[in-house]
Amino acid sequence: MSTALIFYLFAGLTVASGAMVVSARNPVHSVLWLILCFFNTAGLFLLLGAEFLAMVLVIVYVGAVAVLFLFVVMMLDVNRAELRAGFLHYLPLGGLVGAVLLGELVAVAFAWSPSESSEALTRAPLPDPLKVTNTQALGHLLYTDYVFLFQTAGLILLVAMIGAILLTHRRRSGVRRQSIADQVERTPRSVELRKVQSGRGL
Amino acid sequence: MLDLVAAQFPPLLWDLIVIVAKIIAIFLPVLIVMAYLVYAERKIIGSMHLRKGPNVVGPLGLLQPFADGIKLFFKETVLPSSANRGIYLLAPMITFIVSLVVWAVIPFGDGMVLADINVGILYVLAVSSMGVYGVVMAGWASNSRYAFLGALRSAAQMVSYEVSIGLIMVSVLLTAGSLNLSAIVRAQEGMWFVLPHLPLFVLFIASGLAETNRSPFDLPECESELVAGYNVEYSSMPFALFYLGEYINMLVVGAMTSILFLGGWLAPFGWTFLPGPVWFFAKVCLVMFIFIWVRATFPRYRYDQLMRLGWKVFLPFSLIWVVLTAGTLTALGQLPGQG
Repeated sequence: MSTALIFYLFAGLTVASGAMVVSARNPVHSVLWLILCFFNTAGLFLLLGAEFLAMVLVIVYVGAVAVLFLFVVMMLDVNRAELRAGFLHYLPLGGLVGAVLLGELVAVAFAWSPSESSEALTRAPLPDPLKVTNTQALGHLLYTDYVFLFQTAGLILLVAMIGAILLTHRRRSGVRRQSIADQVERTPRSVELRKVQSGRGL
Repeated sequence: MLDLVAAQFPPLLWDLIVIVAKIIAIFLPVLIVMAYLVYAERKIIGSMHLRKGPNVVGPLGLLQPFADGIKLFFKETVLPSSANRGIYLLAPMITFIVSLVVWAVIPFGDGMVLADINVGILYVLAVSSMGVYGVVMAGWASNSRYAFLGALRSAAQMVSYEVSIGLIMVSVLLTAGSLNLSAIVRAQEGMWFVLPHLPLFVLFIASGLAETNRSPFDLPECESELVAGYNVEYSSMPFALFYLGEYINMLVVGAMTSILFLGGWLAPFGWTFLPGPVWFFAKVCLVMFIFIWVRATFPRYRYDQLMRLGWKVFLPFSLIWVVLTAGTLTALGQLPGQG
């Protein structure tokens, strides 16, 4: 009874805050609603007994991803009147794309059936939650059955990260930078002390 | 006696009463300790500067924290006219609540913990990663340049150092073989983790200083250039909430340091004549003293140096240490689940 109540609370808040994300006028408010949405999703995970996923969701999405969103959105200078100016102009094309996407989703939803291998997976015995904690079970699965997929995902992220750094990193000339190596190499001899008379300068 | 009282209520309500009582039993001591942490900071720094520190209100100035609190309470709450009102008022509350919520999983003694959950350490990470929102929201909602700059600095700093804190925790929990904080403390019965992980201990304290925006990493509220950083527009109780949140966060870092490295409630040298919570408190006090000592000793970092330290020194070092720890444990056959 109380579990059901808590579930509806979390689920309702998730949907409501999701709706607020797309309808809020201020983009910063949008991101804050998104954070609330993440939180409630973590709550739903907790109700399912997936405590590890719940915590990781909060750490990754709320602690890192949403902070970056907030950073970007706070820096943007969004002119809302300008955004709304072309609304009617873009409506037919946008509506068409939306309708096609919706149609495809509906088609997929009706033609969908689980594959045989996944049925075998869902029938796999669950580890005893009293003996094996959530984290151990997930780790065991990730690093045995799915180790290649897991490592591939990591590699893709690494490539994306290196690519982003390579594209944006540049060294401008004429910028004074601190060079730690130079500073460490400096000896008393490389510095010259001079007595400067006041008002004269060197 | 307690059973008789319990029989008067429906069981669900009684559970609720018990939990609320436990929360108050944690909340009040934390607030009192926090008040005296401020006092201790002023006294210790005073001694290090050859001053007396607060000594007027009450004997030895012991009532100073309450005087400060009452003064803040009676000040006017100023709302900047161009501030984003809702977020402006929400930000200090988030900072304060987040700093208190962490205490739910902190074990004060053997079995003395509100929520003994399996993923305790992840919970601490998750909740402390929330702390940055209070700061960012405050900086943005104040609609002031100083506040905004302070908030941006603080957010970048907290996100950067959270990564190295996470990796340090990974090394510790590899050694302990559990994500549960009580189990981590029990794993240190033979030897506190400060001995095998001494470099990590130093790194954790330094990252903790950065995470709580303390000197020498207190750039978000760098008085010399940003006035007071993200909370420059705040006054009265909203400001007090920021202040409280900041100091409680310091206590959280102290508690986490003593749990991860100093053996939590375990007594050193088998001195069990004092109960566990007393030892826990003593260790937190030790870490807090280090925090204050650092503040009185070191000059402030420059911002690019701070970022360099976080990303190019702490992060690679803690990453290598994770590999080293895992390798050593595997070689010794001590890796949890290996036996």
